[in-house]
Amino acid sequence: MLSRESSATLMSAITAFLYREARLQDEHQYEAWEKLWTDDGVYWVPANGADIDPERQMSIIYDNRSRIALRVRQLMTGKHFTQTPQSNLRRLISNIELMDEQPDNGDIAVASNSLIFESSLRDDTLWAARNEYRLRHVDGELRMAHKKVILVNNDKAIYTLSFLV
Amino acid sequence: MNMMTGVSPWERLIRPDRVHGSLYTDPEIFEAELKHIWYRTWVYVGHESEVPNANDYVVKSIGPQSVIMTRDEQGKVNLLLNRCSHRGNQVCSFERGNARSFTCPFHSWTFANDGRLVGYAFPDGYEGQDKAQLALGRVTRVESYRGFVFGSFAADGPTLKEHLGGAAETIDRLVRTSPEGEVEITAGFLKHRVKANWKFILENECDGYHPAFVHTSIFGVADSMIGKLYGGASTALTRDYGNGHTEIDLRPEFRKRDAPMSWFGTSEERLPDYTARMKMAYGDTAAREIMIDGTPHVMIFPNLFIAEIQMFVIQPLGVDDSVQHVTALQFKGAPDLNRRLRQQTMGSVGPAGFLLADDSEMYERCHRGVLARNPEWIFLGRGEKRERRDELGFTVGHVTDEVPSRGIWTHYRKLMEPV
Repeated sequence: MLSRESSATLMSAITAFLYREARLQDEHQYEAWEKLWTDDGVYWVPANGADIDPERQMSIIYDNRSRIALRVRQLMTGKHFTQTPQSNLRRLISNIELMDEQPDNGDIAVASNSLIFESSLRDDTLWAARNEYRLRHVDGELRMAHKKVILVNNDKAIYTLSFLV
Repeated sequence: MNMMTGVSPWERLIRPDRVHGSLYTDPEIFEAELKHIWYRTWVYVGHESEVPNANDYVVKSIGPQSVIMTRDEQGKVNLLLNRCSHRGNQVCSFERGNARSFTCPFHSWTFANDGRLVGYAFPDGYEGQDKAQLALGRVTRVESYRGFVFGSFAADGPTLKEHLGGAAETIDRLVRTSPEGEVEITAGFLKHRVKANWKFILENECDGYHPAFVHTSIFGVADSMIGKLYGGASTALTRDYGNGHTEIDLRPEFRKRDAPMSWFGTSEERLPDYTARMKMAYGDTAAREIMIDGTPHVMIFPNLFIAEIQMFVIQPLGVDDSVQHVTALQFKGAPDLNRRLRQQTMGSVGPAGFLLADDSEMYERCHRGVLARNPEWIFLGRGEKRERRDELGFTVGHVTDEVPSRGIWTHYRKLMEPV
């Protein structure tokens, strides 16, 4: 177990990391967001529930590290029309919890809730999700090794989700 | 029929090389489409592999109507309407499961999974009532073709085979991608909603003119081989099979490459298990041909789009509200191929797909665009002067020509005209 002081320090570093990720996403700073990932990062947005097997069932996003890079490169072209013009975004991150301070592989399991307001050419859309992370210290900095975004309505028909969620 | 001129409104709205913008935005036309197309002609509902065992069920749809596809204890596939025959409550609230019967939560009426009313609460109040008159509603005709289950609410009319016509051969081609000759729909569906009329989706599926532009962002960064298929120099074809069914036939390009599995951006070497099973099943020569030609790109009117590696089902909910249900095609006996099909499908389609996010953006912008009424028309004349007949008599054109849209509208007009 971490001491109370080191636990508070870790929590504060994690909170700052999650807020920073949220801001980079809201402001379409794609390259800076991509740098938050570890080399083995997995970005997962399941469909039809939280506990599907992504190796067997369709997910909305199930990107390995090279596909995360491809997603960012497509956004960077300026010709990904669904994000040209870009959605205007602001999201709230809350209910941040340290789920497991020292799992066997050294990653830190963290969860939060998010509420995102998107204003796009189509309309205004509200998105809500449970976010589950595995964070890792790499060269003294926190990085995302795994991010799972469980949209509250992922079992329903949803509109295009082309910003970074 | 316009009594003054003798010209039907459909003839006025649908011309050989153009259609009126109001066809996509008029709520009364949408209601007429439900009646004349969705609740009359053959509509794709589901696949037999989604209910593999006795008493399996899955909830599907025909337009806005909820339809329960069941496999009853005798193994027969039924299409039941999700509406209690008593007061109209939905009898099934789960997307899938295994159940011998459905009990309505409102007054506890219970229906067998073949639709029969088998019991109601406090039956003494229904003395003399014939239960057979109070079964669940059902889709009037149900037929399947190679596992694909279609329903029609019309008691009479063409058989499914007649409706599919020349396009049936594309489904024959599709199932031959499996060493066991069967498609399986087992990977679950992404449901992508768009604020646009369903016909923008329908027409885009075999529009070979747009990929070079709409998908330029992904072709530019992904080393995709797809872009060239839709270029000006491509030998691929658009085809109108009649009855509203349309195709982009990419085989001429794949045959030029002459490399098995090139259609899927891979090779025999990378799929050794699949290649061996295909050669075992079909023999070396036929297996090689199948693996060069690849799977079809065909839009079965009005709602089943087979897009080489995935399958879309188009569902209209309102005049400007549509859902694309999409899943990876899976081929029986081809686990290594199936894994790659799922991965590629997840990357390219659905709400966050590299391709479909941009297609869907176009659907929504087109819908808002046609609300402007000058010019009044959508112009569909591309390639009209160079279209020709293929050896089977179907109209074909260059891959970028609007042969498919013209074919769709010709059939649409026939359906909408008063009989």
